[in-house]
Amino acid sequence: METIKTDVAIIGAGGAGLRAAIALAEADPKLRIALISKVYPMRSHTCAAEGGAAGVVKPDDSFEQHFHDTVGGGDWLCDQDAVEYFIHEAPKELMQLEHWGCPWNREVDGSVAVRPFGGMKIQRTWFAADKSGFHILHTLFQTSLQFPNIQRFDEYFATDLLVDDGRCQGLTAIEIRSGQMRHFQAGAVIIAGGGASRMFPFNTNGAIKTGDGMAMAYRAGAPLKDMEFVQYHPTGLPNTGTLLTEACRGEGGVLLNKDGYRFLQDYGMGPETPLGKPELKTMELGPRDRVSQSIWHEIQKGRSVKTAWGDCVWLDMRHLGEKKINERLPFVRDISISYLGVDPVTDMVPIRPVVHYMMGGIHTDIKAATPLPGLFAAGECACVSINGANRLGSNSLVEILVFGHKAAHSALEYVRSAGPGNEAALAAQAEAAQAKLRALFLRNTGKESIAGLRKEMTDTMEEGAGIYRTQEGLEKTCNKIAELRRRYGDVALHDKTNVYNTDLLSALELGSMLDCAEAVAVGARERKESRGAHQRLDFSARDDSKYLKHSMAYYNGLEPPRIDYRDVVITTSPPGVRDYSGAKK
Amino acid sequence: MTGDRLSALQVELEILRYNPETDTEPRFQRYSVPCKNEWCILDALNYLKDHLDPTLAFRWSCHMQVCGSCGMMINGEPKLACKAFVRDYTGVIRVEPLAHFPIERDLVSVADDFMDKLKRVKPYLIPAKKRSIEEGEYRQTPAQLTRYRKYSMCINCMLCYAACPEYGLTKSKFIGPAAITLAHRYNQDSRDDGRDERQEEIATNEGVWECTFVGACSDVCPKHVDPASALQQVKIASTVDWYLEHFMSWVKK
Repeated sequence: METIKTDVAIIGAGGAGLRAAIALAEADPKLRIALISKVYPMRSHTCAAEGGAAGVVKPDDSFEQHFHDTVGGGDWLCDQDAVEYFIHEAPKELMQLEHWGCPWNREVDGSVAVRPFGGMKIQRTWFAADKSGFHILHTLFQTSLQFPNIQRFDEYFATDLLVDDGRCQGLTAIEIRSGQMRHFQAGAVIIAGGGASRMFPFNTNGAIKTGDGMAMAYRAGAPLKDMEFVQYHPTGLPNTGTLLTEACRGEGGVLLNKDGYRFLQDYGMGPETPLGKPELKTMELGPRDRVSQSIWHEIQKGRSVKTAWGDCVWLDMRHLGEKKINERLPFVRDISISYLGVDPVTDMVPIRPVVHYMMGGIHTDIKAATPLPGLFAAGECACVSINGANRLGSNSLVEILVFGHKAAHSALEYVRSAGPGNEAALAAQAEAAQAKLRALFLRNTGKESIAGLRKEMTDTMEEGAGIYRTQEGLEKTCNKIAELRRRYGDVALHDKTNVYNTDLLSALELGSMLDCAEAVAVGARERKESRGAHQRLDFSARDDSKYLKHSMAYYNGLEPPRIDYRDVVITTSPPGVRDYSGAKK
Repeated sequence: MTGDRLSALQVELEILRYNPETDTEPRFQRYSVPCKNEWCILDALNYLKDHLDPTLAFRWSCHMQVCGSCGMMINGEPKLACKAFVRDYTGVIRVEPLAHFPIERDLVSVADDFMDKLKRVKPYLIPAKKRSIEEGEYRQTPAQLTRYRKYSMCINCMLCYAACPEYGLTKSKFIGPAAITLAHRYNQDSRDDGRDERQEEIATNEGVWECTFVGACSDVCPKHVDPASALQQVKIASTVDWYLEHFMSWVKK
């Protein structure tokens, strides 16, 4: 097996991975950086983020307000030291992107423009029309091309972390075009592999978001934190799940039930604000968890709009007019027309809540370090705990920058102090990983189909671990996932070609999703309270006495994970009431 | 809005298959796929892979026309499979990998040449003087933003290379529409001062002068980036450069 020696290996070349790679290259031009991704960097799912990125920059804004919006938005499950670091670094990172050429929207005087976003008290979202993530990703990718010491391994599928002497020292990955396994021997590894929302049937995520990075770290012994917190975005197209950005509401779009009534006012987010004049942090600019949950309640009350794709409510943007929609939301108009045949300029768009983002992930400290020495993580795959129980829109595009950058510096510091590894022991581990994969590839029997197991997994996740949860439903889902993980051992592979074998990769992705799904379901079953995106019909209140804690899921082979808890870091904001009642107070 | 979009139809797909380990040359395989009227070709391919033939290889991810993975030839035209709808076709639909690129396997093309070309044109900001974070943003008015914004929308889907006859004829020597457009995007950016460096790559025979202004690149671009107009602007600017250099060498470009 070919061995590639590198100082820092980065798994994932989306926003977090690219930001880390650039930071490392800038810090030391002699450093060997391996940027490993199962897709070309431009294909990473960062490209699909639409709305924007939050950073305090305007004179009427303050760090304190961004802090409070984030901590309250996260229902006090955020680690407040991490949030403080995050909000202070945020504007610097966004400014850095500006200096690298990101086409941010501008004010008339040439300064960067900001827009309103859900759950934010002040307008602080930097944006590039409704393609902010796309521009961030391409700016980072293009900027990375000037650094010769970033060596890219595009279309390499990472399979296993190599842990020897109690520290992570590399990984194995399949070169997809040849099907050959490669051994990356690395001083440190940064995982920036993105989220895992493909474990749900109806989601906004690209096909690649299967939690491979999370599962890899989990299997290597790093705990997954707060996995039960899964964000539903309120406004997905009902058939494809395609995201219609929160900026639709930021720009003044409103949500209506079948009677044309702006129902959010019935769920603690009123009183109603004037049409086309959105007010911050209330009504349609409430946080995503609350808005999605209100839609669920409207459906229960029979006030939803019936469509062929299930119960929906209306997103009405007609009053914004064609000019504003074309200028601020051109992509939203494009995709509504092409996938649903509805033009938001002339028609209301039916929408329904859709799984969008994992607040949980690989546990890291404020330096982006996992408990496993030599292993770092950043972005959606990580849980540094700035998002708590519910992420605010436009914080994630900043998180990938701030903590991608931080992970790079922490990894560099680590690499400089770590001693050499035992090459024979690492090579032996890499051989073992290859042998395991070979056995899967060559197996001729197998009763289970990848598509079949995947469907059973996504169905049970929606049924038991969806927007509202109960003990009974969660137990069923936990049992089902445990059963599926056992049956996965008998999965059939039909493609016996080495080159670009997507059958094999799909099997590996399914394995990753099943591991992550079990952590979600078990974490949710054990959290007997309602907080942020985790809502229990049988425990409808927040319970700070028992659950002002992060859940930590430890991998336990084919058995369900062991769940432990960890204190939340509170610095200045004691748990309080989330208030989105606008003018009422 | 709902009824006809969900009605079922049986779609005949004729798909190019090529397995480099067993095939000496590509062949076509026919599949009959039950589709819904609202489906795009990508949905049909996913159904096919899940239910009919797990060995078919193709790239895809976002299913929302922004990641650029699923470019392929559909009835001979370069398209994103997530932006081509089954309802817009009649009869057998032929699906092939993007033209002008080597085939890696089935519908997967080899993207190496494209990736090399992107890098060659130095697609990053080269400012006259680097700014510190404390100095704040470069001022850029909305009008200055408009000068290059369209050219910054390229998703690198490579459809324009599959459509460009020159790229095919020159056996891929031509730097091609997307890469030149990207260079032009930075050249047009008020924050940038790197045009001279980029011109060395793009104002050459393998660069913009290889373009014969067929305009196919702009016709197929799923993001309306209009590479053809970028290339013509580069040609005009390069011509001006040439005259300045040869007849008015005392004038700074």
